[in-house]
Amino acid sequence: MNEDTILDVRGLNVRFRGNGRETAALRDVSFSIGRGRTLALVGESGSGKSVTSLALMGLLPPNGRIAAGTLAYRHRDGRVLELTELGEAERRRLRGVQMSMIFQEPMSSLNPLFTIGDQIGEMLFLHESMDAATRRKRTIEMLELVEIPGAARRMDSYPHELSGGMRQRVMIAMAMICKPSLLIADEPTTALDVTIQAQILDLMRQLQKDFGMSILFITHDMGVVAEMADDVAVMYAGGVVEQASVDALFNDTRHPYTKGLLASIPGPWRRRGDRLVPIPGSVPPLASLPPGCAFAPRCGYAEPRCREPVALTRKAPEHLAACILEGVEAP
Amino acid sequence: MTNYLIRRFMGMVVVTFLVLTIAFVLVRLAPGDPAALMLGPDATPQDVMDLRASLGLDQPIFVQYLTFVANAAQGDLGRSLFFDNSVTSVLAARAEPTVFLSLFSLIFALVIATPIGIYAAYRRGSALDQSAVTTAMLAASVPSFLTGLIFQRYLATELGWFPASGYGGPDAGFLDRMWHLVLPSITLGIVNSALILRFTRASMLDILGENYVRTARAKGMSERRVVLRHALKNAGIPIITVVGLTFALLVAGAVVTERVFNLPGLGSLVVNAVLRRDYPVIQGTLIVVAILYVFINLLTDLLYLVIDKRVRY
Repeated sequence: MNEDTILDVRGLNVRFRGNGRETAALRDVSFSIGRGRTLALVGESGSGKSVTSLALMGLLPPNGRIAAGTLAYRHRDGRVLELTELGEAERRRLRGVQMSMIFQEPMSSLNPLFTIGDQIGEMLFLHESMDAATRRKRTIEMLELVEIPGAARRMDSYPHELSGGMRQRVMIAMAMICKPSLLIADEPTTALDVTIQAQILDLMRQLQKDFGMSILFITHDMGVVAEMADDVAVMYAGGVVEQASVDALFNDTRHPYTKGLLASIPGPWRRRGDRLVPIPGSVPPLASLPPGCAFAPRCGYAEPRCREPVALTRKAPEHLAACILEGVEAP
Repeated sequence: MTNYLIRRFMGMVVVTFLVLTIAFVLVRLAPGDPAALMLGPDATPQDVMDLRASLGLDQPIFVQYLTFVANAAQGDLGRSLFFDNSVTSVLAARAEPTVFLSLFSLIFALVIATPIGIYAAYRRGSALDQSAVTTAMLAASVPSFLTGLIFQRYLATELGWFPASGYGGPDAGFLDRMWHLVLPSITLGIVNSALILRFTRASMLDILGENYVRTARAKGMSERRVVLRHALKNAGIPIITVVGLTFALLVAGAVVTERVFNLPGLGSLVVNAVLRRDYPVIQGTLIVVAILYVFINLLTDLLYLVIDKRVRY
């Protein structure tokens, strides 16, 4: 992988056991994230976005496993680590320090029985050796950095005493305090009001600039993608169907699914007067995917060859799509 | 908070009052005249009249009730009809085995059940989990008098590891007396540990699926810390609740266990009192146990406050 890449995912396959059989949740997912850049992972519910993030963190539930694929990660010290080959203890040492994660549900992702100062400070306790007073000082600084008013006083608050937006700021402070090189944000603003959402996105952009980290931003909101991302990977039914820079994705859409996604929601990328067009049908269950392209049954461009397997191929420099077509007209 | 404590204290007073009333009524409802009963079949009607007068039984029932409540409020629960002593002294003399039996069996239950419950939840569906749940069900279904008899037969009589029964005789030292409580405590503890195990497992299972447990893992801590710090504290409230509730079972269980192991505690006292129609003693035991139960309930509620700052009274 090249010098500027921090994470390179190749052919990631994740399978889940259940009811006596295994179902593929991710099929040959590939993407990479550049240093200091934001990659948005976009897709509908069940497309495999969250599973991808949990696989990266090494936090798949016990009935899930990585069946194939490589996860190359560039350590802060320059080494390239193959995450799938590391033991649990080594993975744990990376979590929170090298790669951190914030979750969708700020209401339930903080432990209700510990103060927020405790929960943020615990990161320093786990990963950096320093005395309690220094920990407290660093924690207050971090709370100030995420713009929590009255940081020193807020240290001793419990999560239930904070609003949803404030809790998400606490989550961000917790994820950032050890200065990770990669932040995985799983729909961090989905549960928040639109105004609060904008504030949190601003904050994340600011912190990214200050800390120079890369962000894997998981969302289903194309508006957020347009605002946050440098690059976008679109997922459908457990596979990546298109990856490109945000400009190329919006202006030179190559995959019919991406096109359908953009045509079905309002946003600044649309021409005035266009009507919203829903994608017909629904996402097939992962256990019974059609052969070949998983999107073919819902695709207006489908042909008999779509029943053959199709891989991500380069359609333009830095623009990949998993489609037999060279491209589709812009939405 | 102070308001809450005052309210709870008032509540305790009301409950105590109700218990006193129920105890009073129950004893009056029982057939037979206590005075005649005390004096036996050979007493003359005059003797009975005299004793009734000295016990205050000739007074109108309302006056008797007020006297009873007033005395009880001063810690005077009357005199035992069988022992030549006040009910309070009789109860105090018998309290030790029961108190330590309850305490030890609770400790035994907690020490056995909590770790296994936690581990079973953590390794849900594993062989250990399944055998723990099955064993717990089995343990809860076997009555404690049977477990007690089995222990006496094999651990005491055949192997001679523990004393089979009794409380070590009148001259036994404290340690000797406690040694006599080992088998009874395990017998009584087994039933409670089954209950506590199932509760611990169930609440840990809930908690381990919570989002903040996933957050804890994402922070890069050991599984041990995830489970014992972040999950267990949250599972604490249901566990404390069930421990508080098992106290009621402990009292009922103590009656049987003390009987099987022939321990001179409150349990066997109350059984004998019932057989001898020693009403003041039955009354007294009822009152003491009820007050203790109310008190333990208050204690559990206060523990909630310590653990969970969201709880507001």
